[in-house]
Amino acid sequence: MAGIPAVPGGAGREEGAGRLVAVATIADEEQRAVAVSARGLVKSYGDIQAVRGIDLDVFSGETFGFLGPNGAGKSTTISMLCTLLTPSAGSAQVAGFDVVRQRDDVRRHIGLVFQDQTLDGYLSAQMNLRLHGELYGVPASVLPERTERILKMVGLWDRRKSKVNTFSGGMRRRLEIGRGLLHSPRVLFLDEPTVGLDPQTRASIWSYIQELKATEDITMFMTTHYMDEAEYCDRIAIMDDGRIIALETPEALKASVGKDRIRITTDDDAKAIGLLGERFGLEANMSEGEVTFSVEEGEHFVPRLFSELPVAIRSVSVARPTLDDVFMAYTGRTIRDAEASASDINKQMMARMGRRPR
Amino acid sequence: MTVTLEPPTPARPPASVAAVRVPNRTTGGELRAIKIVFYRELLRFLSDRIRIVTALVQPVLFLFVLGSGLGTLVNLGPGLSLRTFFYPGILGMSVLMTAMMAAASVVWDREYGFLREMLVAPVRRGSLVLGKCLGGAVIAGFEGLVVIAIAGLVQVPYSPTLMIEVFGIQLLLAFTICAFGMMMAARIQQMQSFMALNMLLIMPMYFLSGSMFPSRHLPTWLTVLNRIDPLTYAVDPLRRLVFDHLHVTAATRASLDAGVSWDGWHVPTLLEVGVVAVMGVFMLAVAIAAFSRSE
Repeated sequence: MAGIPAVPGGAGREEGAGRLVAVATIADEEQRAVAVSARGLVKSYGDIQAVRGIDLDVFSGETFGFLGPNGAGKSTTISMLCTLLTPSAGSAQVAGFDVVRQRDDVRRHIGLVFQDQTLDGYLSAQMNLRLHGELYGVPASVLPERTERILKMVGLWDRRKSKVNTFSGGMRRRLEIGRGLLHSPRVLFLDEPTVGLDPQTRASIWSYIQELKATEDITMFMTTHYMDEAEYCDRIAIMDDGRIIALETPEALKASVGKDRIRITTDDDAKAIGLLGERFGLEANMSEGEVTFSVEEGEHFVPRLFSELPVAIRSVSVARPTLDDVFMAYTGRTIRDAEASASDINKQMMARMGRRPR
Repeated sequence: MTVTLEPPTPARPPASVAAVRVPNRTTGGELRAIKIVFYRELLRFLSDRIRIVTALVQPVLFLFVLGSGLGTLVNLGPGLSLRTFFYPGILGMSVLMTAMMAAASVVWDREYGFLREMLVAPVRRGSLVLGKCLGGAVIAGFEGLVVIAIAGLVQVPYSPTLMIEVFGIQLLLAFTICAFGMMMAARIQQMQSFMALNMLLIMPMYFLSGSMFPSRHLPTWLTVLNRIDPLTYAVDPLRRLVFDHLHVTAATRASLDAGVSWDGWHVPTLLEVGVVAVMGVFMLAVAIAAFSRSE
């Protein structure tokens, strides 16, 4: 348990830290195995297109996030990649197998953690894992040992004999994630792994995911509509209205939005605003009682501010752009707005279905 | 800064959890799937003690309450009570009830999401359906044993051959009913719907099967319905087996245990059992096809 916080802080952060990594990734593209790839993937229901042509490559060992509002087509896309839905057009390969023609091979090489619970609540944690192992053909000689390791990894070894019905939501999620890993999949698909969980449990699920990333040679493909969670991913695809509108590292996405927002309080705010314009060419204004302005690489600017601004500064805060800002920049609306309009579309769809077909 | 220039993958520590190679689909793998689904059915049944008891309430109610009550109205002949006449039908009914409930569990599995876990596994849907049917058949067979055990209460002798033969037919019937239930469950999303359909089918199947009356000399419409009821072909041999061990006059037996005929032709016991088996296999095939199509 002591090792968990170290992992995400270590390797995970460095990978995502600079855009250099992204460049190196692209340069190494030839060598790096592609774990998931999709070309022109489409899913339509009647004349409604839920997914309108998706192209993507996820590399082996990567943690890839699908971010977008409810109804953007994330789950539909992930269902097609998991062979649960047949694409209307286009093609996709997972772990080197075609999702339509080699369905069983795909299933054998992927782990699935669904949005809804799929455990048998009347059986023990151990029995749930055994069932999974037997169905997936994990060799009987290694199954008990593997089950023990998984249960220890998700911290449920002590509760292995308890019925799953007695578990909390977080424990069930952990067990499901562990179960998804039991047959050593090459790609683990997580559809909204933390939806409906309290913040503390969400954090602990994420620390498990980060730990997994460090200890298992596995590609993770997940969907989320929590902006803060998307930042745990190596790369993110932002989805809106059935299309990928951006695909980048979280850092690069944020950098594409640009400036950090700095808020300061000083002894003489009016003078500070004037001086910021004169000396730094910055357009500052008062907002919620603080001097607010935007600048690139805010943390590098702050030391300059202290040394060069002849007004005493009482407090400083630097806010980096969030993925919420990114979504806003790409779509012109917030995730919440998008969800509201998606539910409007759903209502329209229902209304249309109620009428006679044209 | 040099760190960030490295490709992100290699710095990973060796996998702490042993990697497993999942082998390709084999007959052995399918057998394992059948076995584990079967085993789960038994585990679930044994952990649900209430179900074990409730499944027996209705047959016992029919046998003793209806059998004793109606017995005051009719006189079947010397040494034969209505309860004894009802008994073969009850042997079938106990199995019918439990097997349908076992099949219904697939609807629960769907509602609680566990069905999805099974359906996405890299095994044939047929293995899952077969495992479930075999599990249900054994559970129903167990309930059947309880009814066999009360034979003495309705003046049926405890003969080993009788008990073994009756149990064999019960197991076969249980399998067929399970397949029938699975066939229906494949298309049903909600437990309420299944229960409603269950009530709609179970009672007519039981009443039409000739469990409570001889299947000769019925009005034509009733004869037709009786002959297409799968339960008929299980209850008739059960009755013959039981009557073989009773001391009743030939005339009584001829009127109460006349057997099933198709257009005047007497259907032999072996063919009746065959009919139950063929219906079971057919419905199993339909169920497998239905589950293979979904998702």
